[in-house]
Formats: sequence, C-alpha cells, structure tokens
Amino acid sequence: MSFDEEMREALQTFIIESLELLQDMEECLLSLEDGDDPTERVNAIFRAAHTIKGSSGLFGLDHIVSFTHVVESVLDALRDGKLGISPELVAALLPCCDHIALLIRNVVDGQLDADPAISAAGRELIDELQQFLQPGSVAEKAVTVSEKQDILEASGGGTMDSGNWHLSLRFGPDSLRDGMDPLSFIRYLSTLGSIAQLTTIAENMPIADQMDPETCYLGFEINFKSGAGKEEIEGVFEFVRETSTIRILPMDSEIDEFISLIKELPEDESFLGQLLVKSGALTKRELEDALNLQGEGDTEDGGQAAKSKQPIGEILVEQQVVQQPIVSAALDKQKQIKDNKARENQSIRVDAERLDILIDLIGELVISSAGVNLRALETRETGLLETTGEMMRLVEEVRDSALQLRMVPIGTTFSRFQRVVRDVSKELGKDIELIISGGDTEVDKSVVEKIGDPLMHLVRNSMDHGIETADLRRQRSKPARGSLRLNAYHASGSIVIEVSDDGGGLNRDRILEKAVERGLVQHNAVMSDQDVYALIFEPGFSTAQQVSNLSGRGVGMDVVKRNVTALRGRIEVESQIGMGTTMRIHLPLTLAIIDGFMVGVGKSTFVIPLDQILECVALPEDTGDREYVDLRGEVLPLIRLRPLFEIDCEPPRRENIVVVEYAGNKAGFIVDQLLGEFQTVIKPLSKLFAHIKGVAGSTILGSGKVALILDVPSLLEYVGSKNALVPPSLSQHSAQ
Amino acid sequence: MQTLTIEDELTIFTAADQKPRLLAFLNSADDLEINLAKVDEMDTAGLQLLILMKREAAQTGKKLRFVMHSKVVLDILELANLTSVFGDQVILAHNEE
Repeated sequence: MSFDEEMREALQTFIIESLELLQDMEECLLSLEDGDDPTERVNAIFRAAHTIKGSSGLFGLDHIVSFTHVVESVLDALRDGKLGISPELVAALLPCCDHIALLIRNVVDGQLDADPAISAAGRELIDELQQFLQPGSVAEKAVTVSEKQDILEASGGGTMDSGNWHLSLRFGPDSLRDGMDPLSFIRYLSTLGSIAQLTTIAENMPIADQMDPETCYLGFEINFKSGAGKEEIEGVFEFVRETSTIRILPMDSEIDEFISLIKELPEDESFLGQLLVKSGALTKRELEDALNLQGEGDTEDGGQAAKSKQPIGEILVEQQVVQQPIVSAALDKQKQIKDNKARENQSIRVDAERLDILIDLIGELVISSAGVNLRALETRETGLLETTGEMMRLVEEVRDSALQLRMVPIGTTFSRFQRVVRDVSKELGKDIELIISGGDTEVDKSVVEKIGDPLMHLVRNSMDHGIETADLRRQRSKPARGSLRLNAYHASGSIVIEVSDDGGGLNRDRILEKAVERGLVQHNAVMSDQDVYALIFEPGFSTAQQVSNLSGRGVGMDVVKRNVTALRGRIEVESQIGMGTTMRIHLPLTLAIIDGFMVGVGKSTFVIPLDQILECVALPEDTGDREYVDLRGEVLPLIRLRPLFEIDCEPPRRENIVVVEYAGNKAGFIVDQLLGEFQTVIKPLSKLFAHIKGVAGSTILGSGKVALILDVPSLLEYVGSKNALVPPSLSQHSAQ
Repeated sequence: MQTLTIEDELTIFTAADQKPRLLAFLNSADDLEINLAKVDEMDTAGLQLLILMKREAAQTGKKLRFVMHSKVVLDILELANLTSVFGDQVILAHNEE
C-alpha cells in the first residue's frame, strides 16, 4: 500500500469518526439542559471537540483546527465551571457542530483548504462564541501536549537563579578515545538554554598511578534552564548515549507541572510509558531502555517471568529517569483512562462488507447443514441424529448471532430528531415536544440508514401541518405544547415505526374533494378511511393548492412512500380529526436468512416465512370453490396456491390452510402438505424474474431442489386488490 | 619554587605523554607553579589532568598553583565551574590575550 493510499484510508477513518463524534456532541448538547448532572456530558462534548481538533491537526486541516479551537476553549470554560450552561450557549454551540460537520464534509469532497464563504460563516459563529469567553480568561489556555513547552517556559519565568531541568551526566570511560569530548556536549547544551549551575564530578578518578589519562572519569551535575523538552535535551547527548549515563529530570519545582500536564492529556493512551512520554517527563528512548530492562528481567527469571515482571513505573524510578510523584500521577491517569475505556469503547469497527461476506457464508452453512440433517434423518442412526441435532442447534445460534451483528437499535436514528424538532419548532414558532419510545428496537443497519430520510419528511410534515399553533391548540382546549411521538416495535416479523402527533388530524372530506378535483378518484367512489388517507401519498397530490391550512399532508409524501416501498415496507395512516395523526411504517427486518415453514403443493415446495404464520388448520371439506372460510367466526380470505402458480395435478383428498398475517391483514394459503420448519437463506431472484409478484426469492433445499419463498405482503395485496378492484369497476359501470 | 610551563596542547592526543611529565614535576618540589599561558588547546582529557594534579597536590600537602591561564584554559575552567574550586589567580590571563 502506498503512502498516499494509507493517508486516504486514514483520512476516511478520521471523517467517519469525526462525524460520529459530532453526532455524540450534538446529542450531549441537546441533553445538557435536562437538569441531570451535566458534568459527564460536558466532558464528553469537550473530548469530542478535542479529538476532532487533534486529528484535524494531524491531517493539516488547519481551518478546522482553528475553528474547533475556539469551540474547545468555550467548552473548556464550561468544564471548569467558568461558564454556566444556558440555552443561549447551547444555541450558539449547536450551529458550531454543524459548521464543523460542514467543514469535514467538504474534506470528503476533496476540499482540504478553507473555503472563503464558509470561513466567513465560521467567523460569525466564532464571534458569537467569543461573547461567552471573558476576554483573555480562558482563550489561550494550553490544553494540548504540543503547547506544553509554553507552559514550562511560563512556569519558570522570572526566576533566573534556578533551572527547570536537572541533568546528571556520567560519561562513558571510552568517550575521549572515541573522540567524544564531554565538554563540547556541555557547550552544545548551553545553546538550548542556560546552565544555571554546574558541578564537575571527579570522584571516580583513581589515584594518580592508576589513572589512565585517556579514560574519561568525569561526570557533571547540571542545573539547566531551558524551554526545550526532555526529548530535545536528550538529543544533545545522542552520540554518547550508548556508553554514558544520562539522566534528565525535571526539577522538583517542576514536578507539579508534569503532574498537571499528565492530568490534562487526552485519554487515548493507556500505557504508562506512553503517558509519561506524552507529558514530556520521559523520552521515547528512556522508555525503550526501561522496557528492554524489563524484558531482560523476564529472561533471567525464566519460568517465573510472568509473576516477577517488574512494573515499568518501578523500573523508571529505579533508573532515576523520572521521579516517583510523576509516575504516580501517570498511574492515576492510566487507571482513569482504563475506567473510561471500559465504559465507552466496547465496540469495534468492522467493514460492513466483511459482515456481509460472513452472513453469506453462514447462509451457505445453514443450507448445507439442512442437507446434512436430511441425510441423517434417512439413515435413522441414533448417534448420527444426535450429533446432527446438536450441530443444527449450534448453526442456528451462529446464524442468530451473525444476524445480530448487523442489528442496531433504532434509538440513534430517533434521537437525531431531537435536534430537528428543536430547530423546526423554533422556526415555526410552535412549542413541540418530542417523545421517543422503543428506541432499543433493533433493526438491520441498512434499513436504519435508509429510513432516516422518509422519517425526516414525516416528522417535518407532522410539525408543519399536523400540530397547530399554540393559540389554536388553546382554543381547542388542548395543551399548548404539542407533542410528537416516535415509536418503534417489532410485530410479526417486521419492525413498525410510528410517527404520531396530537395535531388536527387529516380532513377526510378535504382530501377526497381534492382527489376528485384532480381526477384521482370518482366523485361518488365509496372509499375506506384508509384508502382516502393513502391518497396523500399519491404523486402530484402534494403540488396541489395547499390543503395544509387544514392540516392536509402534502409535500413530498409520494417520495416517502417510494422510499418505504423500496425497503419492501408499507406505510399506513391512522387519523382522527382534532385528535392527531399516526403514520405507521412497516418494514421487514433483514430477511437475508429466515425461519421458514415448508409446504408442498403437488411436486413443488414453497417456503413461507415462519414469523408471518399464525396457525395451520385443515381445510374444511365443504369449502368447495369459495374464496373464504369461516375461521372461528372470522372471515378468512383464501389464496389457492395451486391455480396461482399453475400447478397441474390433482389435489389430494385433504388440503390444509396456512393462516398468515402481515400488517394486520390475514389470509389463508391452501396447500397440499405441511412439511415443517426449515431455516433458509433468501437468494434473491435474478433481474429476469424481478417483476414476478408473490415470490420473495428462492432457496435451495437440503435435497438440492429449489423452493420458492412466498412474499406474503404482496400476496395479501393481491387478494386485497382482487376484492378492492371490484367496486371501482362496478361504479365505473354505473357512471356510464 | 619550581615552575613548569606547558608548551603543548592539553588534549586527549597529548594526555598520555603529559601525565608522567606532570606527575614527575609534582614530585620535584613542595611549592609548585604551572604556567598555562601557552596551552592553546584543551579538552576534557586535559581538564582531567589538571584536576588530578590538584588532587594529588592536596593529598600530599604540596602547594600547586596554575598561573597565566590562556583563554582556552579559562574557558574550560569556567565551563566546568572549577575556577573557584582550583582557587588560582586568573587575572593575568586577561592580560595575556
């Protein structure tokens, strides 16, 4: 992989993560005013901003860094309690989230530099934010490690008599012979700062007779004052490092600085050594050496290695590369990070494609295990049957957990609407409250991604046309505050998402009038409420003159319907005038793999999704050619699969009814045999057969035969339309 | 009082030769003076020799003074912060230059 590609990938990750962080930020911001203790959330917001700023810096996205920096400053003030949480502040910060998101999206589009128009917008936001910042109080507080040198310098400022680093140098005996003159290093050192105090240590020099004039015996203790970091100072001694002992320690007075630096570190490193390196108290090299030492200790101890492994912190203190208090501070920080990690990051990012491959494979596994099972049944060997039974159970579990991988709670999608409702209600001057329930209902990720837009439409629509203004609501003796509900639940193999409002409801007569006017229905047509309400999803209905003053829904509803249909879903409307409207979307859960029920008709085998089956009953012998039966006092329409799929063979003496339900409608399929439950993978039909209604896909049976999977919703629709089509054709007749 | 003028550089290259000579000089009398005016180059090895001489002298109770430090020597002593430790008069050095 070339460097460019790597960068591109890294950038991709950055973008995804940043957008996620922004989402979190927004959620936290919105919940800030909830009244619970906001500390955690403020911290989370701050961390998000900080991470985005840091990562942007890595990619040289300076305009994002500079904008985010201001936001971060405000958040920092908030965190320190210098600023209070106020609706104004939240209102100022929310657009900033949007702005950062905009900047990042521009990066997606390949725009790596600031756009003048956008920057201008950014400056306005910053100006607004600046009002919250008392001049000079927090704006320039350095929080990142890269600015730490400023802190160090500042802290030592004014006191010339003492340095901020203590250097303890013991040059190797061969330094002189190797052409390394210790004094020249000290001379070079003084270019980095000033030597406040130096003591030459000559104690190691033996008595005159034994003294080798070409061996170096000298050491130096230096009190050094410099703005340079430990790493930089260490660099001075690069060439003698191998043979000499070089200790660079912050002066005692500086220890507190390091401790506070460690506390301020971003929480992305959990190794003690890394923390110390980041704070500047330890250099990478010192860490490496200590790690090597730790490793050596291991090999010496042999078998007990794991037990006797000396903690790195202990080694560092022993080797005198850092002081104990600093290590302790880092240890505390490490513990804090670990705790937070445990809470925050229990998920890993997996490429969706890999998941798909896994699920495909498991699908194949399910099919072939079904085959194995069938063969095993034929042998009637108890041992084999037992093991295959166990295998089937495991395969089932694997399948379930694999499918679970793709499932995400719909709550995240819902909570996004908090913001929408807040913004739109402000825009409309209405007071609207969003009530979310069923947020933990799980849906396939692909469904979640695609449902966002239609939901957005419905929510806006409800707010715009559904919920009345506060005045009107008071007149109608309803609470002035309108409420909008988002709800989700599972029902017979599908997920149901409801958007309901307590607004004016749909005006049936108005809609019908409009529809007749536009020639969508005959003026004397007899229609159920459902059918009338369904008219609002007709294309073209929306562009009609505003029905909206009477809360008739309009704009773009046909798009909503199209989107939902594309997801193999349905949408229905329930409305009561003056009380409100509920839009109900039925969507399939992922049906990549389903629990099916196998039925036989003649020589063909069909699979019906098990979760849509209510019961199986024997077909009463006196049914004859009737299209319905009386099922415990209820009329159950019948669908005969034999003629429907044109299967030519005599029906057996006894036939069976499989009662199915979808979205509240019931019907009975008449089949020859009930073959039992069967796990299966839906193989989509090729494009050639895409127009065929009533078949959701195909699957391969264990025996190698192909079985069609029945598409219950479309078959029910077929029954419905067969019945529904009759009245219009009759009415047409009478009209002529 | 014996005086020795070091006429060579005081570096790693000469240290091996200088050491026996300096030690011999140290043994020659009880009141000694080493003239450093002509030392035009000096490094840590040289510094070590000077430290050694001072130490030996102190241990044997002899008097040893470094005089007429050249600028090079002074710089080194300053850098090592040994001027005051050695306790020699160094004013002359400035005239020397």
